[in-house]
Amino acid sequence: MSALLFFIAGFGAIAGAVGVVVLRDPFFSVLALVGHLISLAILFLLLRAEFVAAVQVVVYAGAVMVLYVFVVAYVGDQSESLQARLRGAGPNGLGGHGSIGSDLRLGGAILGGALLVELLIALLGTGLGAISSKGAGYNPGRVGTESFGTAAYIGNLLLTRFLLAFEAASFLLLIAAVGAVVLARRRGGLGEEDERDVLTPLDLLRPQGTGTMAEGVGGPRR
Amino acid sequence: MSIAWYLAVSAIVFSLGVVGVITRRNPLVVLLSLELMLNGANLALVAFSRMWGNGDGQILALIVMTVAACEVCIGLGMIVAIHRRRLPIDVDELRELQG
Amino acid sequence: MTATTYGWLVLLFPLLGMLIIAFGFRSLSARPSNLAAGWIGTAAIFLAFLAALGALISLQDHAPAHRQLTSSLWDYAKTMGIDAQLQILVDPLSVFMILIVTGVSTLIHLYSISYMEEDRGFARYFSYLNFFVFSMLLLVLAGNFLLLIVGWAFVGAASYLLISFWYRRTTATRAGIKAFVINVVGDAGLVLGTYFIFKHTGTLDFLKTFHAAPHVFHKGEADIVAGCVLLLVGAFAKSAQIPLHTWLPDAMEGPTPVSALIHAATMVTAGVYLIARMHVLFELAPAAQDVGAAIGAATLLIAGTIALTQTDIKRVIAYSTMSQIGYMIMGVSVGAYAAGLFHLMTHAFFKALLFMAAGSIIGAMAGEQSLDRMGGFRKALPFTFACFVIGGLALSGIPPFSGFFSKDEILLVTAELGGWHWALYVIGYIGAFLTAIYTFRMIFRAFYGQPVAEARELEGGHLHHAEVPTNPANGEVEDTGVGFPGPHHTIAERALPMKVAMSVLALGSIGAGLLQIPKVDFVIDDFLAPTFADSSLYDTHTKSGLLAFGLILGTIVGLAGIGVAYRIWVKQPSLAVVARERFRVIYTLFVNKWYFDELIGLVVVRPAAAMGRFAMGTFEQVFVQDTLIGGTTGIVRAGSAAVRAVQSGFLRYYAALLVLGVAGVGFYFLLQT
Repeated sequence: MSALLFFIAGFGAIAGAVGVVVLRDPFFSVLALVGHLISLAILFLLLRAEFVAAVQVVVYAGAVMVLYVFVVAYVGDQSESLQARLRGAGPNGLGGHGSIGSDLRLGGAILGGALLVELLIALLGTGLGAISSKGAGYNPGRVGTESFGTAAYIGNLLLTRFLLAFEAASFLLLIAAVGAVVLARRRGGLGEEDERDVLTPLDLLRPQGTGTMAEGVGGPRR
Repeated sequence: MSIAWYLAVSAIVFSLGVVGVITRRNPLVVLLSLELMLNGANLALVAFSRMWGNGDGQILALIVMTVAACEVCIGLGMIVAIHRRRLPIDVDELRELQG
Repeated sequence: MTATTYGWLVLLFPLLGMLIIAFGFRSLSARPSNLAAGWIGTAAIFLAFLAALGALISLQDHAPAHRQLTSSLWDYAKTMGIDAQLQILVDPLSVFMILIVTGVSTLIHLYSISYMEEDRGFARYFSYLNFFVFSMLLLVLAGNFLLLIVGWAFVGAASYLLISFWYRRTTATRAGIKAFVINVVGDAGLVLGTYFIFKHTGTLDFLKTFHAAPHVFHKGEADIVAGCVLLLVGAFAKSAQIPLHTWLPDAMEGPTPVSALIHAATMVTAGVYLIARMHVLFELAPAAQDVGAAIGAATLLIAGTIALTQTDIKRVIAYSTMSQIGYMIMGVSVGAYAAGLFHLMTHAFFKALLFMAAGSIIGAMAGEQSLDRMGGFRKALPFTFACFVIGGLALSGIPPFSGFFSKDEILLVTAELGGWHWALYVIGYIGAFLTAIYTFRMIFRAFYGQPVAEARELEGGHLHHAEVPTNPANGEVEDTGVGFPGPHHTIAERALPMKVAMSVLALGSIGAGLLQIPKVDFVIDDFLAPTFADSSLYDTHTKSGLLAFGLILGTIVGLAGIGVAYRIWVKQPSLAVVARERFRVIYTLFVNKWYFDELIGLVVVRPAAAMGRFAMGTFEQVFVQDTLIGGTTGIVRAGSAAVRAVQSGFLRYYAALLVLGVAGVGFYFLLQT
């Protein structure tokens, strides 16, 4: 039973991943990722990590992906035709510089493949002997009185052994929230739009590009 | 099922994420592929936690999820800002950070 | 105070004078009429002269055998067989030289105060002049080869600075460079010669070398001959002997007092001093002595012939200097050390006097130097005329003037040696004849005949001034600012310092002969004897008959020359023109200075210039610039261009590189296990 569930969830995860990478419309990619995340939650359940699975669904699939959907909707449809994409054209149908686009498509695939092979060798090479085994039993260790993987179990760990990580993570969330607000602010806030057009007298005296790295390389933008 | 299977899935997902990061030009999809990579890592972490029988891996997975959430926040905020400046949403076009 | 302390003082005063004037340059040259620099310079050299007198007196306190004193201030190096010290040698020869140098230099400084008045470079001039005197004294007082070479080089540098003193004149700068380059050739000879000698003796110290030389070298051995011949190269360059003489006439571009000091009395005598100092070595290399004597004689004759045809008054006197130095070189090369040095002394007096007088008449002509334009100055410049006559008579060797006694002694010694040296004797008298002719040609042309416009102006009491200052050599128009002569010209009759200096020298020219009248007194001989105690040639007593014959012949030759000059240039000037036409070929040879300049240009300058062009065009441009430097920078540029491509800004590239790195590391670790 669990094996069957494993294969279904595993297949779903991989299919979702493939969908993210391959689908041209970013919206579809988002949906594929949602599917991938749900499958991953099932896999977590199979691994007796109930709390993590719940958090995955609620937070990741439920909040982060919703955010993604909103942004994709806001930014607009950036899909391009298949021929353009094969040319290596970007989301706007522009570009298609054969050198970079096609090179990296092939190169990326090769690199990913190479990485996969290595990881598999690393993982399976050591676990070969255990492929047919059953793995750890269904009664792994406890913390206190809580069972492995329950919310109480996680909570106990978070507030005792991993307190620092917990606090740091919350701090990080705060920073991220503030940062996101700053980034996406409308004009009239910090006045960054206006700053661009202000020239100091020094700028008039200096030739263009002075003091930039472009100057050090040898002249204006090549 | 032995842990090895889970780890294999994790490896595949991770590699797919790498391919996506390198190959796609839309920054949104690049971020999504980044999420894929993080999820692959999460899966490996939880699998190992199950194997050793303690909760360290799961805690770390939670932290990773937090970090992923923050990063997505900022990343999407940047994309929104770029879009508002009428710049092309294309990582190949956005290359001024060079030297 | 000991003699060596006086020796150090002699060196110190001119050095101080130079430094004071140099550092006080700003304040000293603030006003062009400020003469303080001149007085400081003169005082410095006068103090040096007093110190030289002190050295003379305290030296004579020692017994004759102990009159070679050394004193060292500092050890430079005492390793690997080199004993280099800051050492002076005070002995009769050096005291003789420093007396002459400081004495004549004081008078020339005094003269210069008037001559260089209102020149914008007045302070600079005196600083340079003091530096020159310091260098010459260093050369003469040096106690080892090292300081000799240092002094030698400094003197060359000072000569360059002073010849191109009016540096905005291209003729002057070119002349300065020419002098310097030829002097450097001499420097090279000197250093190489020193090496050859050092190789065997192992010491740089003079006294040690001279003691060791007879034991280390066999007479006529190849190394000592080579060393002495190379030393001769140095001597010839400095003393303007053939073939390294071409710089001396050009050096007349410098101010007249400079010509008087450097190119008459002191620097050009350095070669004579060198041979006299190294007499021990030269006596071990008879071949070198013969070379010296032959070149001296050749120069004597050739310079005399050229002087017959020159029209620039200073160049006539310059060639005369060359000729007289030829006498001196000939003298010290055959072993007539005292005679040669005595002639050095008397020549310093009358040649400096002649130059000073020439400066006076040039001043009357407002800078013009050509004899063609001069004439009839006898009434206008009586004092100058008298000085010219005194100097001329001394130069021509008329008794009882000093030149007579000194010149004839040299020729007597050559006759004593016999053999092929008889040729030198004959050449010497022919040279004396020519000397008398060209000297009095100069005097008669300048002072006799119809007075020219400038002379008439001067008789009327007004000194001629040129409206537009021009370069007398090529007629270029110039101004009177910095780097050019000043607007002020003066004559001896009107400037007291000039008069005083010239009077002292005139007295010297007349009376110096009394120091060494043959058979009567031997002041110079006795004084210099301690230095030449180790010489085998020093004490040649002349046979009485030859002595009398020589003296009478010298007088006759001199008077005959004056007579010829009188006949041609006073009585019948057209004779000169006729002679020029009759002997056109010879005349052309003489007036073109025997084509030495052209020969050197062809043989040395052109190949050197071609080599320089090749070096610059091919070697430097193609090999060094393009290949070595260009190649290196090209490689670096290409490399950095390649590396720069990594910083493309493409996000995906960066990500790909990251993954590549991870894959690589993973691969490595996979291999490990």
